[in-house]
Amino acid sequence: MAERIAEHPILGVQEKGELVTFTFDGKEIKGYEGEPIAAALKAAEVMVHRYTQKEHKPRGIFCAIGRCTDCVMIVDGVPNVRTCITPLKAGMVVQTQYGVSGKPFEEQ
Amino acid sequence: MKRFDLIIVGAGPSGLSAAIEAAKRGLKVVVFDENEKPGGQLFKQIHKFFGSKEHRAKVRGFVIGQQLLDEAADVGVSVVLNATVIGLYQDKEIVVKKGDEITHYKADAVIIATGAAENMVTFPGWTLPGVIGAGAAQTMMNLHGVLPGKKVLMLGSGNVGLVVSFQLLQCGCEVVALVDAAPRVGGYGVHASKVARTGVPFYLSHTIVKADGDKCVTGVTIAEIDDKFKFIPGTEKHFDVDTICLAVGLSPMSQLLKMAGAKMEDNPKRGGQVPICDEYGRTSIPGVFVAGDVSGIEEASSAMIEGRMAGVVAAEYLGYIDEEARDAELVDMDKALDGLRQGMFAPKNRGKAIEKTEEGIDISMNLLKKGYIADDEIERYPGVTHKKGVHPVIECTQNIPCNPCQDACPKKCISIGSNITSLPIVTEEGDCINCGMCVASCSGQAIFLVDEDCGDGTATVTLPYEFLPLPESGTKGIALGRNGQAVCKAEVVSVKSAKAFDKTHLLTMRVPKEYAMTARFFKVEK
Ligand SMILES: Cc1cc2nc3c(=O)[nH]c(=O)nc-3n(C[C@H](O)[C@H](O)[C@H](O)COP(=O)(O)OP(=O)(O)OC[C@H]3O[C@@H](n4cnc5c(N)ncnc54)[C@H](O)[C@@H]3O)c2cc1C
Ligand code: SF4
Ligand code: SF4
Ligand code: FES
Repeated sequence: MAERIAEHPILGVQEKGELVTFTFDGKEIKGYEGEPIAAALKAAEVMVHRYTQKEHKPRGIFCAIGRCTDCVMIVDGVPNVRTCITPLKAGMVVQTQYGVSGKPFEEQ
Repeated sequence: MKRFDLIIVGAGPSGLSAAIEAAKRGLKVVVFDENEKPGGQLFKQIHKFFGSKEHRAKVRGFVIGQQLLDEAADVGVSVVLNATVIGLYQDKEIVVKKGDEITHYKADAVIIATGAAENMVTFPGWTLPGVIGAGAAQTMMNLHGVLPGKKVLMLGSGNVGLVVSFQLLQCGCEVVALVDAAPRVGGYGVHASKVARTGVPFYLSHTIVKADGDKCVTGVTIAEIDDKFKFIPGTEKHFDVDTICLAVGLSPMSQLLKMAGAKMEDNPKRGGQVPICDEYGRTSIPGVFVAGDVSGIEEASSAMIEGRMAGVVAAEYLGYIDEEARDAELVDMDKALDGLRQGMFAPKNRGKAIEKTEEGIDISMNLLKKGYIADDEIERYPGVTHKKGVHPVIECTQNIPCNPCQDACPKKCISIGSNITSLPIVTEEGDCINCGMCVASCSGQAIFLVDEDCGDGTATVTLPYEFLPLPESGTKGIALGRNGQAVCKAEVVSVKSAKAFDKTHLLTMRVPKEYAMTARFFKVEK
């Protein structure tokens, strides 16, 4: 996990939950329980969270505090979940959201 | 419907401070905050705060946040989290959404302390993943321990852009450029200088032409703009980046007040749509008060005092204290708040181009245009003097409300006087014992300890260092100037750490003596 801060000069080593496994578009990824899903995805270098309904434009984390809805994804089958404020749990099934669906546009 | 004496919306520095003061006086108080954790912006702020002792100066933001939470718990304030307030009515009924549940509450008084939201700018590519708000960058790195990106361009040179740039550097990101459409750096010079000396170039009068990338940001083009905000052809510069961070100002989150029918105004000096209120946060609706950024964008230090004021005023409004007791409390708070609202960056000076300090010294134009003081400008400031042996060199050159340096020195080498915005001066009588407290206490990382002539053709320069890994003694590297450019070879003499330094390490480097007054940062040779 190249994108994690191992030790911060001011904050030291961050306390994290247990290391758990979840899936992103079928791939197994590890993250820390309780951290936002978006943080775990970011650490795994996932940038695109969803594609817009009309123009199929990619979106990713923008505000990171639950206000902009750019980061919404399908989590355990539920669309429009704001991943930046939803805590990660072991075994979660996270999918890129295409419009409001988990299926790429060409399959819809 | 559940009832309280006082409902506070927002558990940031202002809301918590209001809650503490009110609860101390016997009110039954509840605070609602939409986040999973309380503290508002404070837990993202890892630098030492400005101000003076009464404003909790030189304490880091997240530590202040913890102090406030402890105090609130001690006086019995209840804080309800994950609770978004979606409605406020004239009769002080509020509607709270927690998960899918909607609950109504009623209070005899309400304090709105909802803070501010980040402003946006648009340019081709601005919706690409990798374009993020500065707040998002702070949230990811400081709350969740995840790097926001590896190569970052920062747009915005206000304090937020400067502070977040430094935070990005601290967690190991490369900041390729700091860009602002304004012709002058908007934030404190000391914040700009600590970024510039690490080698980050500043581009004022520039803005983003476009962000490149198909699925996410892969690059960015900036260009210079003329005074009509038009791009000047031929001035384009391109950077390969994975992240563009936007720090283009904050707007008060005053929607709830508007909804309740409070009289509002559009006031650019206060950051946008704000409720009309008096100096203690009383709005046009009796019993509805405001505090903090929602009533005008300022700082956490002032937000805390405004919060305390609103808490005291609400206590009197509900009859828990009398007017006399209220006014007695407000006197000191007035004074503390007034102290913070002085100097070049005071709200009343917003938008003014100030060219001289209160002392009548010319402001460094390089500092305003490039983020650092030029070598031929530095000698004119009263913190920069020359002496035999180790002595402090204070490169703090603008009138800001701050004075921890004066309190830090046990030998009275540094003086600001009773006017908190005066420039720090190095006194003649003080005899520096090289204890390092001034370097570590300076919120602006603007103090260096210099021995200009060690007798063997070398000089030593001690600088504040808040990066990892800490270089070992004997490490060879390069000394950078104030502008972040290499000036000479340097060797680390020592790196001192102490509890009293609070994570600011004191790095002492040896340089040829002719560079004693220009070498200001150490970079390991790769
Ligand atoms: C990078 C950066 C650096 C800074 N550095 C400094 C500094 O050195 N010194 C300094 O003094 N200040 C600094 N500030 C400014 C300071 O953080 C703010 O001025 C301060 O946090 C304002 O406090 P507040 O309580 O008004 O708002 P906030 O801290 O924003 O708190 C408001 C809270 O209310 C919540 N909220 C909003 N709406 C609702 C709702 N409807 N329902 C429930 N909850 C809601 C928000 O989520 C938030 O938690 C800095 C700011 C930034 C971004
Ligand atoms: S090093 Fe110590 S004695 Fe010297 S100026 Fe700084 S605080 Fe004062
Ligand atoms: S030199 Fe003094 S006044 Fe200036 S930033 Fe440092 S502590 Fe504050
Ligand atoms: S990034 Fe804005 S809601 Fe998640």
